[in-house]
Amino acid sequence: MSIAEKIVAGDIRAAARLIRDIDDMLPEARETLKDLYPFTGKAYVVGITGAPGVGKSTLVDQLITHLRKAGKTVGVLAVDPTSPFSGGAILGDRVRMQRHSMDEGVFIRSMATRGAFGGLTQSTRSAIDVLDAMGKDCILVETVGVGQDEIDIVQSADTTLIVLVPGMGDDIQALKAGILEVGDLFIVNKADREGVDRTVNDLRLMIEMDEKRYKNGWKPPILTVQAVFDKGVKEIIDEIEKHAAHVRSSSERRSKARYEKVRNGLSEMIKDRIIHEVLSDLVESGEFETSLQLVLDKKIDPYTACDNIISKRFRHGNK
Amino acid sequence: MNKKRRLRVLVAKPGLDGHDRGARIIARAYRDAGFEVVYTGLHQTPEEIVQAAIQEDVDMIGLSSLAGAHMYLFPRVVELLKERGAHDIVVCGGGIFPEEDIPKLKKAGIKEIFTPGTPLTEVVAWVEQNVEARR
Repeated sequence: MSIAEKIVAGDIRAAARLIRDIDDMLPEARETLKDLYPFTGKAYVVGITGAPGVGKSTLVDQLITHLRKAGKTVGVLAVDPTSPFSGGAILGDRVRMQRHSMDEGVFIRSMATRGAFGGLTQSTRSAIDVLDAMGKDCILVETVGVGQDEIDIVQSADTTLIVLVPGMGDDIQALKAGILEVGDLFIVNKADREGVDRTVNDLRLMIEMDEKRYKNGWKPPILTVQAVFDKGVKEIIDEIEKHAAHVRSSSERRSKARYEKVRNGLSEMIKDRIIHEVLSDLVESGEFETSLQLVLDKKIDPYTACDNIISKRFRHGNK
Repeated sequence: MNKKRRLRVLVAKPGLDGHDRGARIIARAYRDAGFEVVYTGLHQTPEEIVQAAIQEDVDMIGLSSLAGAHMYLFPRVVELLKERGAHDIVVCGGGIFPEEDIPKLKKAGIKEIFTPGTPLTEVVAWVEQNVEARR
């Protein structure tokens, strides 16, 4: 059996190893992904994002329980940050989900953001494909805190949850730009805390002011939740289903959503690959070090160094 | 670019003991050494640990125990790994153990045992020398 065949048949070890190979950017992994692609597109992908400590992992843990009760198989990708100093990472999201580890219908994988040269987006996207091809009905992708990269990731989700906690009024303002484009559901977690009404009102105002930008004609609902006590979690599942039905119910919306997802996936893949290929070549050939030394010695300026590097590799590089 | 594979390790607390300070410090030392460390938290059964290790595709499992049940829990992890065809995952342990248990644990397939007072640098160096990031 080929690796791809094993994964389609649900082989956990083969899938786990492929995700490692993807993370380590092995060229063989790409070949397997090509074979797997025809088997993807069936899973429903839910992105969960929000600032650190708002309760994303706890929420994911509860969502798993509800999805399993509904008879769905679940894949989880939990991303934690890589230390920029050592390159190491502590992947601790699993602590909150470990009660599901013996459930054959659940596959949980922790991933690190890895180096500064991207890769997070692409390897997570590819890992989604792996879990999808394995036949998971629903894939939950838990990102690190909110930032540009995470917004990229949620673009490959069918439904995106933005998790907040009360008392983040100013943070909501800070997140305002762009947040409506990515959020399909807003979850105010730890709703037993003071200030929950204020947070909900702030959110509501913000959402209603931005009516023109509702993604695919969907007005994002706001849900108050206490994930740790499993309060309001069932309602999240119901809203995810409503959102899915909303998109599915119109062929125009359906094709638009698919177009966005595929377009985004392809353009990110190209971007990631170009960065990877050019940088590998630069580093391995020693050209980066040479250019760096020239700039350090003030023999050339960094703009010229960059021009030289680009024009050598791309025909229109100096335009 | 960087063709070297990054080491992935799982740090786990099997059994009923609730003291994970040591495990957390070890996890932190591994992170600082550049490893990706999956931490699964307290009160894990050997079955849960092995399942997590396979899903996470780790190269090594570090077991921490301070409560005395190591003679059952540690060998059980090794046994389950064998059953699942994952015997290439190295298992080591740390904690408080009666001296006479150490050779028995090693015989049961625990590759190394670290006791209180071992410098972190030594623990990290052992991993670097004895555990290889997968092929």
